[in-house]
Amino acid sequence: MRARMLNEFLPPGDRDGPAILEFDEVHLSFAGIKAIDGVSFSVKAGELFAIIGPNGAGKTSIFNCISGAYHPEAGSIEFEGQTLLGLKPNKIADLGVARTFQNIELFPQLTVLDNLMLGRHQHIRYGTPAAMLRIGKASREEARNREIVEGIIEFLDIAQFRRSFVAMLPYGIQKRIELGRALAMEPTLLLLDEPTAGMNLEETEDMARFITDIRRELKIGIILVDHDMRLVMDLADRVLVIDFGKSITIGVPEEVQRNPDVIRAYLGQEHAIADQGDDQ
Amino acid sequence: MRYRPGLVADYQSDAAIFKSNVQRFWFSVLLVAVVVLGLGGTIPLIPGLVDFSLQTDLLLIGTTAMFASIGAIGLNIVTGYAGQVSLGHAFFLGIGAFTGALVGGVEVTRQVVDLDTGQFVEKTLVYGFGLDLIIWLPAAGLVAALMGLIVAPLAFRLRGLYLAFVTLGLVFLGEHVFREAKVVTGGVGVGRASGVPSLFGFRFDEPGEVFGVFLAKNQKLFFLGLGLLIVLGIAAKNMARSKVGRALAAVRDRDIAAEMMGIPLARYKMIAFVVSSFYAGVAGGLLFAVIGRVEPLSFNLLLSIEYIAMILIGGVATVSGSIMGAFFITFLPRIVKWLAGFWMFGFISDSPTGGFVNLAQMEQILFGGLIIMFLILEPLGFYGIWIRVRNYWKAWPFSY
Ligand SMILES: Nc1ncnc2c1ncn2[C@@H]1O[C@H](COP(=O)(O)OP(=O)(O)OP(=O)(O)O)[C@@H](O)[C@H]1O
Ligand SMILES: [Mg+2]
Repeated sequence: MRARMLNEFLPPGDRDGPAILEFDEVHLSFAGIKAIDGVSFSVKAGELFAIIGPNGAGKTSIFNCISGAYHPEAGSIEFEGQTLLGLKPNKIADLGVARTFQNIELFPQLTVLDNLMLGRHQHIRYGTPAAMLRIGKASREEARNREIVEGIIEFLDIAQFRRSFVAMLPYGIQKRIELGRALAMEPTLLLLDEPTAGMNLEETEDMARFITDIRRELKIGIILVDHDMRLVMDLADRVLVIDFGKSITIGVPEEVQRNPDVIRAYLGQEHAIADQGDDQ
Repeated sequence: MRYRPGLVADYQSDAAIFKSNVQRFWFSVLLVAVVVLGLGGTIPLIPGLVDFSLQTDLLLIGTTAMFASIGAIGLNIVTGYAGQVSLGHAFFLGIGAFTGALVGGVEVTRQVVDLDTGQFVEKTLVYGFGLDLIIWLPAAGLVAALMGLIVAPLAFRLRGLYLAFVTLGLVFLGEHVFREAKVVTGGVGVGRASGVPSLFGFRFDEPGEVFGVFLAKNQKLFFLGLGLLIVLGIAAKNMARSKVGRALAAVRDRDIAAEMMGIPLARYKMIAFVVSSFYAGVAGGLLFAVIGRVEPLSFNLLLSIEYIAMILIGGVATVSGSIMGAFFITFLPRIVKWLAGFWMFGFISDSPTGGFVNLAQMEQILFGGLIIMFLILEPLGFYGIWIRVRNYWKAWPFSY
C-alpha cells in the first residue's frame, strides 16, 4: 500500500555500530522520593530496547533525564561517546535524540503539516531575514524539507489530515502524528513513551506495524516504554524491568518473562504479565 | 487532465501567501480601492446610492492608521505569535520616534552671550542631524531593535503576568528618560521636530507633482504608509509561515516540548523581541512624522494598552487582524463623533463639560467595553469575524 520506504528520504542508520547510549548508575530523586535509583543500561544502534515497570516506576523519568528535562544527581548518560549531562534539551535534540510523550505534547493550534515541519526545525537552514524575504534559499529549504515530511505523512497514512488542526483530531491519530514529528527529526535514538496508551486493539496493531517498519527501514536505536506486555515482548530485542526506580532485571524477552522477581513486582498490578499474556 | 484550480502542483506554491485566486482577487480589489481613495477618488459602495471618498481629515487618520498597523504587527509578533505578553510597546515606539527625530530631524539652536568674550555664540538646545529618510527610518527601527535585544533576556526567566509587569516598568523608565534627555527630546510640553520624511530629496510632507499628478501632502504620506505597510506586512506574513514563525508558535504553546524538538527557547524569544521592536521603531518614527512633532509624554501606559487593544480586537497572531485592529482603534474617536450626530445617541455631548457623557468619555467607554466584549465573545477578534463571513461567502464571485 505504501509507495515509499522511510530510508528513501531519511538516513538509514547503522545497525552494526557500537552502543549509542550508555546510561550508567543514574540517580534522581524528588523531595526524598527516589525516582531513579542506580539504573544502568546501554542501547545499541538498530536495537529495540524496552523498559517496563509498574506505574511510578521511573520510566518517564529515565526519558526525561536522557532528553535533558531532568538533571540526575549522580551517574552518567553518554550518547555516541558524548555526555548529555548539562546539555540543554535543544542541544540533545540536535545531537539526534527524538522522543514522543506519554501525554501527547503536540502543538494543538498548528496543523499536522506545521507540527511535522517543526520536527524538521534543526535541519532547515535559513535565518530570520531570509524568512522575511522568502526568496531563494528559504523557499528552497522549505520545499526540500516539506518533501521529507510528505514522505512521513505517506508512511503513517495520515494524508487526509495534513491540513487539520491537531486539536481536532482523534487521540489515536494524534499519537501517530507525534511519532511522525519525532521521525522528522532524523533521530539516531528514538524514545517512545507509551505509544499505545489508551488505544484500542486496532490502533495498537497499527502502531506496532509502524514501529516494526521503522525498525526494518531505519537502523536506529529505539527505547520503547509501554504497558502492553504482548507488544513489548513481541517487538523488543532486550527488556529492562524497573520498580521503584530500581533495576530488577535486564535481558531478552523470554528470560525476563520467566524471572520470579519480575512476576513478583507485577503481582497485584493492573498489568500483570500473566494476564496480559492470556488476553485475547 | 482538465485544469483543476487550486490544485497544488508543488510545495512552493502550496506555501504561498494567497493560496487561491479568490484571495488574490479580493486583495487586488482592496488595493485598487485604497489607491483610488488615496488619489481623492470616489468609490460607489452601493452604486448610485452610497458613495465613499476620503476627505482630508479621514485621509490623515487613514495614514496614521497605516503606520499604527506597522506597530500593531510588531506587537503581534512578540505577543500574538510568540506568546510573550509585552506592555512595553510604547517604550519601543518612543525609542523609534526619538531616534528618527534625532537622525532625521532639524537642530534647534539659540544665540546666547558667551560670558568670557561677551560675544553672541550658537548654543544647541535640541540635536538633530537632518539626514535622509533612507537613513533615519532604518535607524529608528534598528535602535529600537537593539533595545529589544537588551530587554529580551527578561523573557528568558519570566512569563505571563510577570513578564507583563516587568515590561510595564520599561514604559515608566522610558518616560523618565524621555523627559530628562531634553537635548534629544526637547522636554515635556515642548517636544521637538520629528524626522523629516524626505526620501532622496522627495518630500512626502510637502505638496507636489508625482508622475504628472498633483498630490497634497496628506496624499503623499498616505501612499508612503501604504507602501511601507505592504512591504512590512508581507515580510511579517512570510516570517509567520516560515521556520521562524513555527518555532515562535511552538515556544508559545508548549515550550518544554519545543525545546525537545531542537528549538532554542532563548534564541526565539530574542528574535521575537528584536523583530517586534524593529516594527515598533519604524512605526514610532513615522507616526510622529505625520504630525511633525514628538513630545516625551506621548509614550505612556495608555499607548501600550491601545496597541494591546488593537491586536485583541483585530485578532491575535494574524497580520490582517493587526491591521484591522489598528484601523479600528485609530478611527475610534471619529466613529464616536459620527455616532454622536444621531438622535439616539443624543446623550453624547460634544462639549467637554456638558451632557451625560462627552466625546472623550464615550470613546474610553467604548474602548474598554470592546476589549472586554472581544475577549469574552470573539477571542479571534475582527479576524475571527472575517473568517466566518468569508466561510459564509466561500468563493464568491467565482464558481469554484
Ligand atoms: N516532576 C516531578 N516532580 C515530582 N515527582 C516526580 C516528578 N516526575 C516524576 N516524579 C515521581 O517520580 C516517580 C517516577 O515517575 P515516572 O513518571 O518516571 O514513572 P513512570 O514509570 O513513567 O510511571 P507511569 O507508568 O505511570 O507513566 C513517581 O513517584 C513520580 O511521582
Ligand atoms: Mg510514565
